[in-house]
Amino acid sequence: MSEPLITLEHVQRTFDVKGQTITAVNDVNLEIPAGEVLCLVGESGCGKTTTGKMIAGLLPVSYGRILFRGQDIAALAPAERKSYRLGVQMVHQDPYASLNPVQTIADILAAPLQHHRFTRGEAETRKRMRELLEIVDLTPPDDYLDKYPHQLSGGQRQRVSVARALTVNPAFIVADEAVSMVDVSIRISLLKMFTRLKDEMGVGVLLITHDLALAKYFAWEGRIGVMYLGRLVEIGPARQVVGHPQHPYTQVLLSAIPEADPDVTRAKPRIALRSTDVPSLLRLPTGCTFHPRCPAFAGEVCAREVPALKRAGWGSDVACHLAQAHEP
Amino acid sequence: MQAIGDFLSGLWRESVKTLKILSRNKMGLFGFILIVLIVLLSFVGPFIWPPETSANVTEINQGASAQHWLGTDFQGQDNLRKIINGGKDIVLIAVITGVLSMLIAVVVGSFSAFVGGWVDSLLMELVNIWLTIPKFPLLAVLATVLALKDVVTLSVLMAVLEWPALARQVRSQVLSLKNRDYVEAAVMLDLGTPRIIFRELLPNMMSFVAISTIFAMTHAIYQQTGLVFLGIVPYSSANWGVMISAAERRGVLFNPQAAWSILAPMAAIVIFQLALVSFARSLDEVFNPRLRTSV
Repeated sequence: MSEPLITLEHVQRTFDVKGQTITAVNDVNLEIPAGEVLCLVGESGCGKTTTGKMIAGLLPVSYGRILFRGQDIAALAPAERKSYRLGVQMVHQDPYASLNPVQTIADILAAPLQHHRFTRGEAETRKRMRELLEIVDLTPPDDYLDKYPHQLSGGQRQRVSVARALTVNPAFIVADEAVSMVDVSIRISLLKMFTRLKDEMGVGVLLITHDLALAKYFAWEGRIGVMYLGRLVEIGPARQVVGHPQHPYTQVLLSAIPEADPDVTRAKPRIALRSTDVPSLLRLPTGCTFHPRCPAFAGEVCAREVPALKRAGWGSDVACHLAQAHEP
Repeated sequence: MQAIGDFLSGLWRESVKTLKILSRNKMGLFGFILIVLIVLLSFVGPFIWPPETSANVTEINQGASAQHWLGTDFQGQDNLRKIINGGKDIVLIAVITGVLSMLIAVVVGSFSAFVGGWVDSLLMELVNIWLTIPKFPLLAVLATVLALKDVVTLSVLMAVLEWPALARQVRSQVLSLKNRDYVEAAVMLDLGTPRIIFRELLPNMMSFVAISTIFAMTHAIYQQTGLVFLGIVPYSSANWGVMISAAERRGVLFNPQAAWSILAPMAAIVIFQLALVSFARSLDEVFNPRLRTSV
């Protein structure tokens, strides 16, 4: 098997808030091969954005290591640091904050192209900018180059953000809730665009979202990882995670997705949580952090021991004491 | 050579664009034209209408007439001519004080915001203490000790007293801008710190910087006028502040006929301030593309 593009080894991230320590991400292990689509899902505060920012190099890890092509990103030689820095890009959640309001689209795209000498001269830069805008479906590109961000819609801005990330030919894009703030009607076409980047350019995508239905759609060919209070509780091929969820938390999440047919939705069995309160990150429950809410709570072992993420059935890795290692 | 040519043509295009934007805002255009006129009159005017060297005893304290549009002063000299000759000092004081205090403020304020930690706390604490000192009396005391003979020294001194308040405002601007998503994106694209400061951060606070500079200018003019009026700064050269002070001392309060001598320089100051302030209003549109109707 080839070397994974990005590897997370026992990654932990803590924040100090008013003298108290919050563990936002705890012992996450993950391998992402080149050109893979991975969706991280979880509720707010589960550490999915923090994980994304650490992968993008915007936040240092507190403990553990993140490897890019087998090298620890915290200790890279200058040449490798550059290849990592440009190799991993991020698309932010808020399209209204991620573009500099005083620069035209051409200014925004030309800066990285010229700074890193991807293109030489004005004519070549403009040609490349047109290509990039065509890749992200902003056509005809000449209509957009001389506009300011405020003259574009949210969806169009998000496409410009992606085009900006593509200027440096990245191998991997972290899309942090990249479609959450645009109209539902635009979401699908944005997601299709990401899929095309993967298929045509081999760009790996990590989509961070709170919306499991969206993850199900987007990662159908890839993998889905489910996070809960800083830990990865289940990860596996999307079809398996959606079709045969094994962690009780994933099961609850899936049972809450409404179906298009109201009759089906009504008939769908809903799994009730034992408690609807999300525990505070300052006072995490002992043992399995999900046990106070878990519908499948199995007594003492859950409250005492943190379950390790291990291979369960259907190719998924699950962190639950109850998951059985069996193949169908 | 190519690069210089590109730069010059870029500069030209930018200037034309700026003028176009300016011309769309009537208030701003009015202010801009007025500023250009005042500056021209103050710097070129003295060559055409040099100052009068002798007193005209026969024409003391006259009102406006066809011969003397703004009347004459206590020495019988033409008020309009004095105003033309007295503008240079005022413009110099405004520009030097405004620009210099803003420069110091931008450097110190951004440095403080970027470094953060105890350096930031210490700098801001010093600024806080500085802000509690009443500036005008301090300036009055310093002026007596330092013997302020020329406008440049006075301007530099005022700038040194003025910058801390501005630095605080610049710091808060930088703090709010440096965590924006587009700055994060620039970090990920590895565009380098100079570019991030000069292309991503500064342009977004340019309207704030420009408008604050203009208000620092108007403040400097009032301060200088006040200092001259109090007699703290020796009026070696003729400027509008000196004219007001001289008119007051030479009995304008008791001689209604001399009213022109004090009203003319006052009006000059007010018009210049009005020009600066209305120009400042339109600067917002120049620096903030969102406020433009279209370009």
